Amino acid sequence: MAAPSIATVIEARPEARPQAAVKAAARGLSFYYGDYRALTNLDLVVHENRVTALIGPSGCGKSTFLRCFNRMHDLYPGNRYVGEIRLYPDDTNLLAASVDPIEVRMRLSMVFQKPNPFPKSIFENVAYGLRVRGERSRRALEDKVEAALRGAALWDEVKDRLQDLAFNLSGGQQQRLCIARALATDPELLLFDEPTSALDPIATASIEELITELKRHVTILIVTHNMQQAARVSDYTAYMYLGELIEFGVTDELFIKPKNKQTEDYITGRFG
Amino acid sequence: MASVSGEVTSVLQPASRNARLARRRSRIMREKAIELVLFLAALVSVLTTIGIVYILIKESVIFFEEVPLWDFLTDTQWTPLFTDAHYGIMVLLSGTFTSSLVALAIAIPLGTIIAIYLSEFAPFSIRETAKPFLELLGGVPTIIYGYFALLFVTPLLQWFYPALPGFNLLSAGIVMGIMIIPYVASLSEDAMRAVPMSLREGSYAMGATRFQTATRVVVPAAISGIGSAYILGISRAVGETMILAVAGGMQPNLTFNPLEPAATITAYIVQVALGDLPHGSIGYQTIFAAGLTLMLFTLACNIAGHVLRKSFREAY
Repeated sequence: MAAPSIATVIEARPEARPQAAVKAAARGLSFYYGDYRALTNLDLVVHENRVTALIGPSGCGKSTFLRCFNRMHDLYPGNRYVGEIRLYPDDTNLLAASVDPIEVRMRLSMVFQKPNPFPKSIFENVAYGLRVRGERSRRALEDKVEAALRGAALWDEVKDRLQDLAFNLSGGQQQRLCIARALATDPELLLFDEPTSALDPIATASIEELITELKRHVTILIVTHNMQQAARVSDYTAYMYLGELIEFGVTDELFIKPKNKQTEDYITGRFG
Repeated sequence: MASVSGEVTSVLQPASRNARLARRRSRIMREKAIELVLFLAALVSVLTTIGIVYILIKESVIFFEEVPLWDFLTDTQWTPLFTDAHYGIMVLLSGTFTSSLVALAIAIPLGTIIAIYLSEFAPFSIRETAKPFLELLGGVPTIIYGYFALLFVTPLLQWFYPALPGFNLLSAGIVMGIMIIPYVASLSEDAMRAVPMSLREGSYAMGATRFQTATRVVVPAAISGIGSAYILGISRAVGETMILAVAGGMQPNLTFNPLEPAATITAYIVQVALGDLPHGSIGYQTIFAAGLTLMLFTLACNIAGHVLRKSFREAY
């Protein structure tokens, strides 16, 4: 590994911005797959227009935690949430039984580990979320698709072939297409589940650059198994281990002087 | 590892090396024998197909020496047993076409809906119970379906429409459709289940409902498999014999009206094959010409299916 040390990466970044408003907060969140408890009593604050990274070794529950936000676990039987995730400014508990998971997913978007474009044209992939929300106006669709593709830094590459099948794009382009799809519906919170784990280093760099760009307008919560990546793109970092949140803080502080011994062991590579 | 095994080889006695070579030879022989048996098994099916095509063509050639191809394709009467014999295959094709259309109008929508339900909506327990039942429906002998059409569905239809003749293509077509549903449903369901969960999750994450996910993402992703299921359904409908022989009426009738009785190609072949026409007579040769037509039709279906699979190949 010739990668630069975490401290170097941190120092190369512009200094962390001042405190921002709270966009979402998990409070006392536990999660069960059947009888198995995958998450234990998590508390986490997600700041508006900032990137919050979840790091930790494989199986620590970071993806499980992320998938609680948009209620993906509701798709499979036998899953149970305890506690709450509040979304602000309206202070809705996303996990409440009275809240329809579809309503939640209308407000949050997600980008997955492996690019998963639909078997449709590039245009229709991006327009998908708008169409399921009932948007029919061709004009509105075209405008929003273009804006989303520009937002995902893909417009120039695909503007002449919007009707091509999305499968014909490269892996990195497919992932940016999935980001465009997620952006098209103006999500309040954008969830990234290890978005670069299936991509080569160049595509990874472009996605990271994009994430840094996006946080001007969008609140981002990102799961990553790559600490360098967390250090490069995030403002806040949470370290998780065995379904528990071990340490949470401003990324620079967490990486340079972690308060917790476990966190220190993990980020210095002694463990994990 | 490599250096270790090298050492082991070097210390081997010549005798044990020979034994090893002999074992290796016998293993190669065994592999060759197995390969040959598998090849022969595969050859049987290929030879059968070639044999069938050969006989159909050979016998049809005798027929077409008597009857010009043009007459066969354009004549509007099919009366091979009359003194004034006519051999217009259109007459039989119309029966096949009409009954198949009725069957597909039932089987394709219902089969697709059942597949969508089982794959995307049904809880695990219901799917596991329903699928064997569905497949059981596909295992009912077609003669039973034939009598079901003749003795149950036709009287039922006559209750709504008293002028309906006792033998008709509608009743036979409906029952044939019911027979084909399991094929369409089961194969379509398999195709939809093969769509990776990541695509569904992508759709749900965008706020889509189950129905939107099923119709806008899963079905398009599985379209080549669903298309093949439809093509198989068409092949089954075109080739179905017993239901039509029992409930469709056997008189040749150039019609596209399902309320009338008519013979299909298959029903005609049964009729002649079971009748007392002397072998070698031109009347007898008709069944080969009819059979060849049927085969060409199914072949066209298979090719269409193949093209469909190619052009909509799943790329996820």
